[in-house]
Amino acid sequence: MIRFLVEKEFKQIFRNSFVPKLIVAMPVLMMLVLPWAANQEVKGVKMSIVDNDNSTFSERLIHKLDASSYFRIVDFSPTNDKALNSIEIGDADIILEIQSGFERELVKTGFSKVMISANAVNAMKAGLSSSYLASILMDYVAELRNEHGGINKGINILVIEPTFKFNPRLDYKVFMIPALMVMLLTMLAGFLPALNIVGEKEMGTIEQINVTPVKRLIFIFSKLIPYWIIGFVVLSLCMGLGWLVYGLRPTGSLLTIYLFSSIYVLVVSGIGLIISNYSNTMQQAMFVTFFFVMILLLISGLFTPVTSMPNWAQKVTIVNPLKYYIQVMRLVYLKGSAFKELLTPFFALCSFAIVFNTWAVVSYRKSK
Amino acid sequence: MVSVININKSYGTLQALQNLSFEVNRGEIYGIIGPDGAGKTTLFRILTTLLLADSGMAFVDRLDVEKDYKQIRNIIGYMPGKFSLYQDMTVEENLDFFATVYNTTIQENYYLIEDIYKQIEPFKNRRAGKLSGGMKQKLALSCALIHKPTVLFLDEPTTGVDPVSRKEFWEMLKRLKNQGITILVSTPYMDEAKLCDRIALIQNGRFLKVDTPKNIVAQFTEALWSVKSSKMHRLLKDLRSHPEIITSFSFGESYHITINGTLKKEILFDYLIHHGHSEIEINPIQPSVEDCFMFFSKSN
Repeated sequence: MIRFLVEKEFKQIFRNSFVPKLIVAMPVLMMLVLPWAANQEVKGVKMSIVDNDNSTFSERLIHKLDASSYFRIVDFSPTNDKALNSIEIGDADIILEIQSGFERELVKTGFSKVMISANAVNAMKAGLSSSYLASILMDYVAELRNEHGGINKGINILVIEPTFKFNPRLDYKVFMIPALMVMLLTMLAGFLPALNIVGEKEMGTIEQINVTPVKRLIFIFSKLIPYWIIGFVVLSLCMGLGWLVYGLRPTGSLLTIYLFSSIYVLVVSGIGLIISNYSNTMQQAMFVTFFFVMILLLISGLFTPVTSMPNWAQKVTIVNPLKYYIQVMRLVYLKGSAFKELLTPFFALCSFAIVFNTWAVVSYRKSK
Repeated sequence: MVSVININKSYGTLQALQNLSFEVNRGEIYGIIGPDGAGKTTLFRILTTLLLADSGMAFVDRLDVEKDYKQIRNIIGYMPGKFSLYQDMTVEENLDFFATVYNTTIQENYYLIEDIYKQIEPFKNRRAGKLSGGMKQKLALSCALIHKPTVLFLDEPTTGVDPVSRKEFWEMLKRLKNQGITILVSTPYMDEAKLCDRIALIQNGRFLKVDTPKNIVAQFTEALWSVKSSKMHRLLKDLRSHPEIITSFSFGESYHITINGTLKKEILFDYLIHHGHSEIEINPIQPSVEDCFMFFSKSN
């Protein structure tokens, strides 16, 4: 039975003058145009410091950094590896390593090295924060030079060698692409079927189906399945395009990506069904969808990092499924995070899937 | 075949159906006649298991519309007032789809729809949305019949259909009735009432009368006159202010009035001349179902 219903859906989708074009145009546009168009400001970057020198000079540098609004020192690690670990678990975004003998060398030779390592999963943030850090260091050097007129008059006292973790060329596009795939899947698998169901309501065709022995659940699945399939085809297409055009391949496992995508698809389908239950016309459903997509996107971390948001907004993002999925996509794609490191988003998405789909079922019963 | 016992349904403060009870016998064409907003569609939606009544019980072929809705859905055909097939699928695809949904095939019950379907068959590859009103209606009826239902619910099937197609449509219903299918049909057109075996006149969610069209007309015992004059607008006012005229309603080009027994034609004639009317025509006429409806709705 469901096979015929799905067949009918596909027939209608491909006969529609708009949807097939949308399905092709959306990934192409998103993958080829959108990654080039975005910009970002960075604040409150979480910093981890590895101070191997423990001298007055290094102490003063740390105080100076702490005073700046760009950085928030979250931890002091004994070794670079420990600090890297705090990036891995997401506690820090950037590492400043001060080598031992920093003060001694600076006084003696006039040169010294520090190392900046930035988490470039969010490329714009990494790029900007390392250049902020560099300029603070330069400023500090100028200060020292004034105080100790005697230190080498050479041009560069500190040599800064930043390395960007997970996105070495600091490419904002690389950071955007996984997130854009999320948007695509949201539209295709969540909101198109919802609009389709409301469309049947509006046309009255749902009445004709409701008097037949077709079970309601089967009817809904027959609406969702074609869009799930299309969603996954388009997602794969996007990954292919990302590879072809930007040479971007997921660092982590494809399986993890598809697993999280499946859960996420359930979540957005649930939201879509809720909207379709409460709307009587396509127009209504469109507006409600638009409203939610706007809000969810803006607080998802797609364009602006969640950490730069005010506290209350950060709290709101806890209930935004988009945030978790974008997070997962970026982490798996760029950082290669394994499933066991993604347990928080996993459980969050699973709970969303359960809550929204239960709500969808309950609200359907009521509307009857 | 269909029995309804004390059904009530309200939307907020509006009572759509009030304590409605009736029986439809096997193999009859049962007409529900009433104006828009009388509750016809609500009644059909309850009987086709799309809507739950607030109170009361209803049975289709001895199956409870609330408890046995799954079985009912297998044995009824429903044609909603609004064209509700897939406009972006072709005639044939629509029919095929509904056959599949009921777990049957077009071939199996083709004999039932043959008369109707062969008229639209030349257009079977045309999308349903591109059909004319009459053809849409034939397709909708075909789709409602494809699973050989025992009861057919037709909600205002002839609204928006040309007179020729309407006539054809009623002939089709007669043929279906001869196949043993029970048909409940609602219509706002009073002239279609006499084509039913029995009719129920409905207004404001209540049945005014249930009987055969003949008996309903026979129950109309008042004298009925048709009145015309050159000043039709003033005429209605003047008729209504005459103390011996009980009801007066507009019927196309004339007014139909019922009078109490003592009024004479000549007296009314003089009364109207006195009020400045000319070209006056007064004729006693036989009542139609529409006259009955107007009269009963007034006297209720």
